[in-house]
Amino acid sequence: MKKMKFIIAAALILSIGGGIIWASDHADAPNVKGKSTDITDLYVFQGANNNNLVFVGNVQGLMSPTTTQTAKFDENTMIEFKIDNDGDNVEDLVIQCVYKSGKMYIYGPVKPANTGLSSTVVGTASVIVPVTPYSSPTPIVATSKGIMAFAGPRDDPFFFDLDQFHKITGGTATGFTNPGHDTFAGTNVMSVVVEVPKSLLKSTGKLNVWLQTKQKS
Amino acid sequence: MKKNITYSIIGLCALTLAFSACRKDKNNGPTDPNTGEVFSVAGDQVGRPGIATVFVSAADKDMFNTTVPSVMGAAFQSKFQTQLQAYNGGLYTTNLLGLTDSQFTGVLATDVLNVSTTGKTTYYDGTNVLTGRKLDDDVIDVSLILVFGGPDATKNPTLTSDHVDHNDKPFSASFPYEAAPW
Repeated sequence: MKKMKFIIAAALILSIGGGIIWASDHADAPNVKGKSTDITDLYVFQGANNNNLVFVGNVQGLMSPTTTQTAKFDENTMIEFKIDNDGDNVEDLVIQCVYKSGKMYIYGPVKPANTGLSSTVVGTASVIVPVTPYSSPTPIVATSKGIMAFAGPRDDPFFFDLDQFHKITGGTATGFTNPGHDTFAGTNVMSVVVEVPKSLLKSTGKLNVWLQTKQKS
Repeated sequence: MKKNITYSIIGLCALTLAFSACRKDKNNGPTDPNTGEVFSVAGDQVGRPGIATVFVSAADKDMFNTTVPSVMGAAFQSKFQTQLQAYNGGLYTTNLLGLTDSQFTGVLATDVLNVSTTGKTTYYDGTNVLTGRKLDDDVIDVSLILVFGGPDATKNPTLTSDHVDHNDKPFSASFPYEAAPW
């Protein structure tokens, strides 16, 4: 019991600094909070076809159904998957997603013009997919050069009892409840899903992947 | 007659496209509206779920988003280590993966998602460790166990699971895998 109080106290002290929220990336840094650049999650997994890898990038989290009706991607924002295939944590390939006039343009996988925080759109789009409207009963999928793409609103796939975690760090609870409650139930995100053949990633077995959003200067 | 008009319209469109491609204020090719566009104002950056959110202090969050992964370790490993010990009241020894505080935070501080291209992709399934991230991976429980669970995952039993182990909607076995919005 003494140990538990110590832990809670420690968490309390830390949380005074501005609220520690273990929510994937849903509650974020001051510069991106609430903006079209706000990333909620990155997923990378084998496709239904094991020869493919699926990249999922989600932005604009905690949207209610009403908010989702008018949610849009931002033409001023690039959503970019960074891929390191030689283990030095520097990107060797990128998949760039740029929204324009109702469509998501997907570039790559391609060697970037430069690495780091500034990105230039490389070449012409590998696949272009119309953004699926909120009201559409089925998702719009485009396929080109073996690459499949989707862009549009989706149920937020993230699940976590964030409310209870807040109670723990706030000192009004000593642990999670069983069962817990998914704070993200009923909320949506804007999502880009790109499935690519593994052969395009030039991997020798392991990749390191990260997701960035950035805006035009 | 119709064919001639069609060809005239096509010709007119081709001419228009050619002229618009020559506009000096846009660095675009004629058929792609984005080629060459530069995006240089950093926004957000994410590798593993929740790690930056939990281990990076509020004051450092904007700076973290403008730190590239190849230098993250040097910049953040010791801060992460301090945070990990603080979460555990200074009592962290090792976790289920057998990692000490410096080893564990050494992995976490370079915030990238590790992915296997030769086998099963999952955050952790008891056998495969950090080989990807599937939509239905319970990354929260994995993270809580590794942070709070001690060497055999039995420490801090009220903190090692949030008891929310699935999404509010089922996923699809086919592209695009995510569920339709609410």
